[in-house]
Amino acid sequence: MSATLDGTFQVSEFVRFSPCCLLLLSAILTLRPANAQDIRVAAAADLEFALEDLTAQYAKQTGKQVKVSYGSSGNFFAQIQSGAPFDLFMSADIAYARKLETTGLAEPGTLYQYAFGRVVIWMPENARVDLANIGWKALLEPSVEKIAIANPEHAPYGRAAVAALRNAGIYDQVRSKLVYGENIAQAAQFIVSGNAQAGIIALSLGASPAMRTGKRWEIPANMHPPIEQAAVILKSAKDKEGARAFLAFVKSSAGRRILESYGFNLPAAHGNSGATNQ
Amino acid sequence: MNVEALLLSLRLALCVSAILFVLGMPLAYWLAYSRRRWKFLVEALVALPLVLPPTVLGFYMLLAMGPHGPLGKFWYAAFGHGLAFTFAGLVIASVLYSFPFAVQPLVASFETVDRKLLDASAILGANRMRTFRCVILPLSVPGIITALVLSFAHTLGEFGVVLMVGGNLPGVTRTVSIDIYDHVQSLDYAGASHTALFLLLISFAVLSAVYGINRRASRRAWPTWSVK
Repeated sequence: MSATLDGTFQVSEFVRFSPCCLLLLSAILTLRPANAQDIRVAAAADLEFALEDLTAQYAKQTGKQVKVSYGSSGNFFAQIQSGAPFDLFMSADIAYARKLETTGLAEPGTLYQYAFGRVVIWMPENARVDLANIGWKALLEPSVEKIAIANPEHAPYGRAAVAALRNAGIYDQVRSKLVYGENIAQAAQFIVSGNAQAGIIALSLGASPAMRTGKRWEIPANMHPPIEQAAVILKSAKDKEGARAFLAFVKSSAGRRILESYGFNLPAAHGNSGATNQ
Repeated sequence: MNVEALLLSLRLALCVSAILFVLGMPLAYWLAYSRRRWKFLVEALVALPLVLPPTVLGFYMLLAMGPHGPLGKFWYAAFGHGLAFTFAGLVIASVLYSFPFAVQPLVASFETVDRKLLDASAILGANRMRTFRCVILPLSVPGIITALVLSFAHTLGEFGVVLMVGGNLPGVTRTVSIDIYDHVQSLDYAGASHTALFLLLISFAVLSAVYGINRRASRRAWPTWSVK
């Protein structure tokens, strides 16, 4: 309202418009964005596409809605410590889930390792590199000026990427090409936008519409520390039973099949400490 | 505490406020005195970074800096490398991001210069440039200082845009706000609050120094003929 700047704004105008403003304001304030019945999940960024499918299937079976917030596990960990209103936390790094357990913020015995992350070298479809056949060597090509990875200081996929590069013996050669995304999804964004010519990211992100067509080469699992992903029910959960039921669905064979189809490796069905299966 | 990141942020903020000063002056002059009908469109455009989320602005910048974006194409042709993940890229993104913080105080202070003084200057035979230099500029010193400080401070605290186009390279694009964020992410809350506290102190010192100077400057700029 530049009118205030040149002083021509009239009180009468304000009176005329205020009923409209009030009406709009009350409409905005009375809108209820989330149903109190919904299960609220904080999930790692690499779960985005798998969870969309999982929650849709779950809603179809039970009629219960699951509302998922995606982000970096470290952020969620900090937020949960400050009382963020989630029922279930699906971390990309089991360490965060364990830490919640030891600090008494998680329901004891609910920790469940739902998947192992798989790591791929990803390049755009139009890259003139035979990624499938040369694997690692693609990263040494002069046409690859920047390689996007997640920040190894705190993101599990970033740590895995650096470990794998070291094990392949090319870390020192590609080090100056590395750029860090805040999380794995942002690293992917650097490649999709064309600013980085290659990246080391989660296979599960390959399900995104923007990445489906790219070239990928999976890094053997023995080249990096395992990316153990684990979920835990929070002590502050409003709907513990709902969270338990959804977690049980994730553990069920239907849930496992979905996770697998989106590019996760599964832990053995037994030997997983956690809540008893329903 | 990460001194490298702190110095980088200061360097970035200095570059950005210098560039904004040079770009902002003529634009603010035009915005303050032009009678074009479509001026309001330019005003809206200038204010846009106030409203757009930094991540949205950052994402558009990332696309623009890519090999298919206009900025990226130009930069490749001129320098043979991309613009994202470089200090120059950060400077360009930050200039856009802090644009309204430089331009709006300048426009506001140009607009408050008494019309009669401009008329008097013109009648005495001064051309527009001379009027600007000898009348408008001295009377706008507080506004200019405010513009400089706000663009400096706003860039110093910038996070979203840097996150989107920076790539977190130590010494190149890892600014102090990114560094603090990384500390929090690694659960090193003590490290984060050390740097954050230092940033807080610097910011407060800079702001209070400037407002102190500004206070004196504005007293001096008060037209002497109005004081009996």
